[in-house]
Amino acid sequence: MGFLTRIWAIAWKDILAELRAREMVLSMFLFGFLVILIFNFGIEPGLREMNLVRPGVFWSAFIFAGMLGLNRSFAGEKENDCLQGLLLCPVDRAEIYVGKFLANCVFTIVMGFFVFIFFAALYNVDVLAVGFPLAVIVVLAAVGFSSVGTLFAAVSVGLKARDVLLAILLFPVMVPVILAAAKSSGVVLDGSGLGSAGLWLGLLLVYDVVFFSISVVTFEYVVEE
Amino acid sequence: MTPAPGIDEVSGRIRGTDPAEIEVKGLWKYFGHFPALRGLDLRLGAGRFLTVFGPNGAGKTTLIRVLSTQLIPSEGCVRIGSVDVDTDTTALRRRIGVISHNTFLYSNLSAVENLRFYGRMYGLEDLDTRIGDLLVQVGLKDRQEDLVAAYSRGMQQRLSIARALLHDPDIMFLDEPYTGLDQHASRMLREVLDTLHTGERTLMLTTHNLQQGLEMCDEVAIQVDGRLVYQEEVSRIDQAEFRNTYFECVGKGGGWVS
Repeated sequence: MGFLTRIWAIAWKDILAELRAREMVLSMFLFGFLVILIFNFGIEPGLREMNLVRPGVFWSAFIFAGMLGLNRSFAGEKENDCLQGLLLCPVDRAEIYVGKFLANCVFTIVMGFFVFIFFAALYNVDVLAVGFPLAVIVVLAAVGFSSVGTLFAAVSVGLKARDVLLAILLFPVMVPVILAAAKSSGVVLDGSGLGSAGLWLGLLLVYDVVFFSISVVTFEYVVEE
Repeated sequence: MTPAPGIDEVSGRIRGTDPAEIEVKGLWKYFGHFPALRGLDLRLGAGRFLTVFGPNGAGKTTLIRVLSTQLIPSEGCVRIGSVDVDTDTTALRRRIGVISHNTFLYSNLSAVENLRFYGRMYGLEDLDTRIGDLLVQVGLKDRQEDLVAAYSRGMQQRLSIARALLHDPDIMFLDEPYTGLDQHASRMLREVLDTLHTGERTLMLTTHNLQQGLEMCDEVAIQVDGRLVYQEEVSRIDQAEFRNTYFECVGKGGGWVS
């Protein structure tokens, strides 16, 4: 079970560093709040089609705020050349990927939770009624987002224009996640249960499994040199 | 699979040589089209301490990074402890320690947390005792709970030494370890290196400081333009004469000096 210890050590190291610095999660929250607030000013109050708009607002905030976190996830590894120190360890590169993925996933889910609370307050969402089904969608989307995002963050970490490059690389690949998450949460926000969004949830699940597996295998080629 | 040129098919060793801890034959390393190492050859016996001198841009750091498995060679043969670096890299990494001018330390973690993290990466047992002993050795026991961000450059480098020694490696690469250290920290590093140089560890240091480099080693080499142009036992050189040789090599920028 040594690999589980190592994976957890890598994830916990990132979480502990973030708990101390509070740089990444705080900026993710603030950015998410701002996106939701700006949409709120831009959308006419009492709009009849509000139910069509709400999922788009939430997932825009989620994706943009999540992108901030991904940009910083490998920045800490660049400081003092820590990534090289990590690569010098007798550790399978897949374990490093899974550790980093876990930490990113935790940050994204926590950010998603707080952004949802703010979103619910401004957009009249019944948290008790839709909280659990939306939490399931957020977790599935966070897994897909973090699995591809961790890989692309590793690709772009050594580049000067990494913020822009990460967005350019990630958004096209994230289209199925954004689409499935927005559609399924639209169904849930309309008052239907998770069962009604089965097709979209299935798409999210398949995306998570496929892209997580691809990322585990390809991470080694990204970080070696 | 066809063995690399110059490698004996039966023994797997470089032909015409005795066993050595580090054997490099015809090593090339390209970054894009630029060759940072150009057919470099090197032999270093087990338990020996080699200092590689060279000007900026000579490829010293690249050499260390290839030998320590951080970079993949473009061409040539690199064997450490009779193991090819690209055959059993993970096992080799357990034997290698690296001290660099970059400390590999996480600023938002304390000294103990950094060492505990790296200890877990190496799967070490009885980690807390090992960490305690090393922190005493590098003089940071009293500051062990402080964040690395609060450490001076010298303290970070001392902690970096503890990190590199954590898994008790028998081969150590030291890439410009004195960079940015004040006199006190340099003396401390020197003392730690003295304790490491017992004949049980193979050490390789790169520097462009002639005095610091000559103080501790068994052998010296000069690297210019991606090649070793000089290698000799320290006991067989006159230090004043060596300075002239060094500047001659650097000035010539390439050819072997006998």
